[in-house]
Amino acid sequence: MTKDVAVSRRAVSRRTVLGGLSAAAIAATPLRAAFAADLVVGFLYVGPRDDYGYNQGHAEGAAAVKQLTGVKVLEEEKVPETNAVEQSMESMINLDGATLLFPTSFGYYDPYMLKLAAKYPNVTFRHAGGLWQEGKAPKNAGSYFGYIDECQYLSGIVAGHTSKSGKLGFVAAKPIPQVLRNINAFTIGARMVNPKATTQVIFTGEWSMPVKEAEATNTLIDQGIDTLTCHVDSPKVVIETSEHRGIFTCGYHVNQQPLAPKGYLTGAEWNWSKVYVDMVNLMKAGKPIPNFLRGGIKDSFVQTSAYGPAVADATRKATDAVKQSMMTTDYVIFKGPLKDNKGNDLIAAGKNYGQTDLWLEKMNWLAEGVIGATS
Amino acid sequence: MAEQSLAAAVDPTAEPEPTAEPEPATGADGRTAAFGEKLRRLGEAAAVPLLALFASLVAFGLFMLALGFNPLEVYELIWRGAFGSYFSWQNTLVRAAPLILAALCTALPARLGLIVIGNEGALVIGGVAAAAAGLAVDTAPPLVVDLVMAAAGMIVGGLWIGAVGALRHFRGINETISSLLLAYIAIALMNHLVEGPMRDPSSLNKPSSYAIPDAAMIGPMPGTNVHWGLAFGVIFAVLSYVLIERTTFGFAARMVGGNERAARMAGLNVGRLILVVCFLAGAAAGLAGMVEVAAVTGRANASLAVGYGYTGILVAFLARQNPLAVIPVAILLGGIGASGGLLQRRLGLPDATVLVMQGIIFVMLLMSEGVVGRLNLFQRTRDG
Repeated sequence: MTKDVAVSRRAVSRRTVLGGLSAAAIAATPLRAAFAADLVVGFLYVGPRDDYGYNQGHAEGAAAVKQLTGVKVLEEEKVPETNAVEQSMESMINLDGATLLFPTSFGYYDPYMLKLAAKYPNVTFRHAGGLWQEGKAPKNAGSYFGYIDECQYLSGIVAGHTSKSGKLGFVAAKPIPQVLRNINAFTIGARMVNPKATTQVIFTGEWSMPVKEAEATNTLIDQGIDTLTCHVDSPKVVIETSEHRGIFTCGYHVNQQPLAPKGYLTGAEWNWSKVYVDMVNLMKAGKPIPNFLRGGIKDSFVQTSAYGPAVADATRKATDAVKQSMMTTDYVIFKGPLKDNKGNDLIAAGKNYGQTDLWLEKMNWLAEGVIGATS
Repeated sequence: MAEQSLAAAVDPTAEPEPTAEPEPATGADGRTAAFGEKLRRLGEAAAVPLLALFASLVAFGLFMLALGFNPLEVYELIWRGAFGSYFSWQNTLVRAAPLILAALCTALPARLGLIVIGNEGALVIGGVAAAAAGLAVDTAPPLVVDLVMAAAGMIVGGLWIGAVGALRHFRGINETISSLLLAYIAIALMNHLVEGPMRDPSSLNKPSSYAIPDAAMIGPMPGTNVHWGLAFGVIFAVLSYVLIERTTFGFAARMVGGNERAARMAGLNVGRLILVVCFLAGAAAGLAGMVEVAAVTGRANASLAVGYGYTGILVAFLARQNPLAVIPVAILLGGIGASGGLLQRRLGLPDATVLVMQGIIFVMLLMSEGVVGRLNLFQRTRDG
């Protein structure tokens, strides 16, 4: 019974940050009766389950959990980030006997999930994207997330190779750390192979606002941008509009190849199926689920879409080489020397910020090569 | 949205209003007849919406049947999720709380003949103002913080909708359009403030203002997990009802709603009536925003703009703009919302199911306006 048996059978790792590495210690405490009744697991999504985006990514994970024996899955979609989510979770606990809950939207964490976790100490809560902190949050709460910027970096490399004009575009929701990190990783990747490449970014201000997303996409294409990616809840509109306008796209959240059979290059995808199945299996075995769980490509938390037809063989080889080194080493994306897009020095030469560095979780800058502003 | 049917819903002739007032019966049984008349009107006012509700349940049941679900099972689940247990009741009431206050923002001006649909804007801006005011005095005793927050939320929300009334009265700008557009401005302003000047730098991926002190958070009512916002809503609704139905001010307001020109001829200060009622309407929504901050989120952020204001419009129309009827209707919609999760979980129905149900109820209620005055059971039989 080693500490990280369950996180991944393949490769677990320094990069999967286990909360306090205390798993082994807790594992020694009496185990819960795992074989009594079915384990009831609840998933809550902020948008529709079939949005070709963030929520679908989680719903696909829930679908994988459904395949396990002895597990009953409850799902609720379009739950707003208000006390409605508290009510929905409480309803799952009281009316359906849920003992493991996955509220999957950022805004569910504080104060709603934290409050319920304190109220129901026998129910396990795990949140996607939150920053669980030892001592500050209840023990039965926790958070998990993936370093999807690694995939955005690979998308950037493909885009940098494939774009003819070197003008890339990014339709983004809000200037928050997780979005900025994707924009910067994409741009750094592209500029590694084409130092002249730039990324024009447009923030729509909302996680889901199809009209603005379409406008932003068209505006970017009108400016001569020929490769586009995005970070909004549902990339459907951006990808479909770009395909109609005949430009290249890199996907986000899930595989959008079916929406853009010609222009789709690759994409950054979550692999929630693996993450959820691992966590549920831990729970079934009566073992504790780590409170703080993160992983990248190496840990199979995230993955890239298969290359589209427009990606040249040389590009595939070059990108696969970087991906290979991500799988086998502690690949560093954010390293010096790096300037922000206002010309200030951000990271000194020789300085590396590895993926687990908390400094990156507070990102509030745009890297050199990004055209746009955070506010 | 069919404007005509919306207009019909606020049309004062659709109400059992003075126009339908019978001639006072003469003779010894005059008093009894007047009482019977009152009963008849009350009966009709209750029976018509209930009939519409029943008809929508039948229609929605057929829809469920067509999708291959047993309507009785669906209704049993809705009942269980919304009203079947103490827990479910609390779940329903928590969801109903913001809707009562939000609905008053439409219901009050409607009595003046104004269709205000900018509830969301007044709620959001009231919430932001309440948070800002609470943070400005966060060292004061908790009760003072709460009072300052409530005052700030109500004043700013009131001015927001008051501006709609002023634009209408002084510049002739359509209040429906201006209030809706102002809602977008309020949301944009809120986003700007919580992502910029008011932002707590530690709110990383969900930009928010700083949190108000924990001690100032409004807790749940004793023995429940329903926060005090519900009580505020009920009190505000009852006071509004008294104001509109039982005072000369309310009578004057209703007169403006019946015929603005006639009211002007009668010497009423129409401008003052419009400004005051719009201010009260905005204050109700602003208070809803304050409650969201002080009882739910503790901060101002995008969770203020989740559509309570828009659902409030629906509640107001379903309640036929009666401030008292707003309370049960808000509870009904809260219950439908509370049961939506159970339908998703047990039957695998999509979230849109409850929206379909709400839509059917809305249409049926608007249609039911047509039968008011035509049901023989409720018509006077003696006089002609």
